[in-house]
Amino acid sequence: MTDSSDLIICEYCDSVYQRPPLARNERAHCQRCNAVIERRPWLGLDQLLALNLTAGMLLAFVSFYPILSVQNQGRNNAASLADSVWALVDGPISAIAAVVGASLILVPALQVTLLTWLLSFAHFRQRAPGFRWSMRTLEVLRPWSMLEVFLLGALVSVVKLTGRVEAAPAAGLFALAALTLLMIGIAGRDLRLLWKQVP
Amino acid sequence: MTPPFADELNLRLCHRCKYACSLDRDRHRCSRCNALLHRRKPDAIARTWALLLAAFVFYVPANVLPILRTTALQHDSTTTILGSVVDLWQDGAWDIAVIIFVASVVVPVAKFLILAFLLVTVQRRSRGSCRERTQLYRGLELIGYWSMLDVFVVGLLAALVQFGVLGDIEPRLGILFFGLVVVLTMMATLTFDSRLIWDAVKDER
Repeated sequence: MTDSSDLIICEYCDSVYQRPPLARNERAHCQRCNAVIERRPWLGLDQLLALNLTAGMLLAFVSFYPILSVQNQGRNNAASLADSVWALVDGPISAIAAVVGASLILVPALQVTLLTWLLSFAHFRQRAPGFRWSMRTLEVLRPWSMLEVFLLGALVSVVKLTGRVEAAPAAGLFALAALTLLMIGIAGRDLRLLWKQVP
Repeated sequence: MTPPFADELNLRLCHRCKYACSLDRDRHRCSRCNALLHRRKPDAIARTWALLLAAFVFYVPANVLPILRTTALQHDSTTTILGSVVDLWQDGAWDIAVIIFVASVVVPVAKFLILAFLLVTVQRRSRGSCRERTQLYRGLELIGYWSMLDVFVVGLLAALVQFGVLGDIEPRLGILFFGLVVVLTMMATLTFDSRLIWDAVKDER
């Protein structure tokens, strides 16, 4: 019998396949349920590390710099990601502030931190301390990062405010857009490759 | 030629790291990431029903109670989710009205219907259109979190519009229930196991 690390099990229907040889950007689908079972990402580990460091800086910037600013009869106001979380803390609805804070700041921050940790060691062909725990945690965190939804929310808010007050995008919005794209690229399923590439 | 199922080769998928564990070697824990191994996600059907029903109960106050309160000079008004869609439509912002309607009404209702459908067909051990049902499940994973849109919009608006007597926006209780509906349906999607759909087919073989 072959070594089981040459096998892939489809997580949606439990079919077993021999790992197919894939070229860059190619993906393999499950014959039975059509799910993507394996793909070769277009970024190497060092490139991921570089993008990840960029994402870390953007996240710090986006959390505390204004995303949108409004003007009403000469008075100015602006809000960052952290302000949006803070606005939900008061009153009986504070539980939702925890959910929003987790999905917009805490989860992305943890993802970037863990990835930086793993990839920095991988750069020197080493397994980081806590490698297995970090990989498992990243898998648990993945569905709970919601930056792209917030980006759409910011655009919706601008439209909702026009006519009542003057609303304009601030520097944070562009950083948020860049961060959203980066997170989609670096925090996806592709990082499962680390299991194989780091001995 | 159809591929074999993991059970038939004495293999088990690790839920966490997706490693194909050989049951001859590791019985309880994944040899690669050390997570506990389960044949299927534990109590998937009961847990998914429980989370789905809880979400459905919360969906009522989420729609009945106002999600935000607007005050400006003489005006003082509260809006519900559907009310905000109607307001946007009447203001001529039909595109945004459609986006909010899809994210806050269509997606949650679709999640209720699809999850209930998948649960019922799995419990009846249906053997038809397994591939399509699995694709429905993958669709749920994709659309799940977009319903948070309204929650983020309320947070951002409340943080931005704070001008005292000139105008204020405050979040209201409805948004808490709505946010919980989204979280609960996401958890329901995660606890469901789409491999249960295929178990009926496998028992036939």
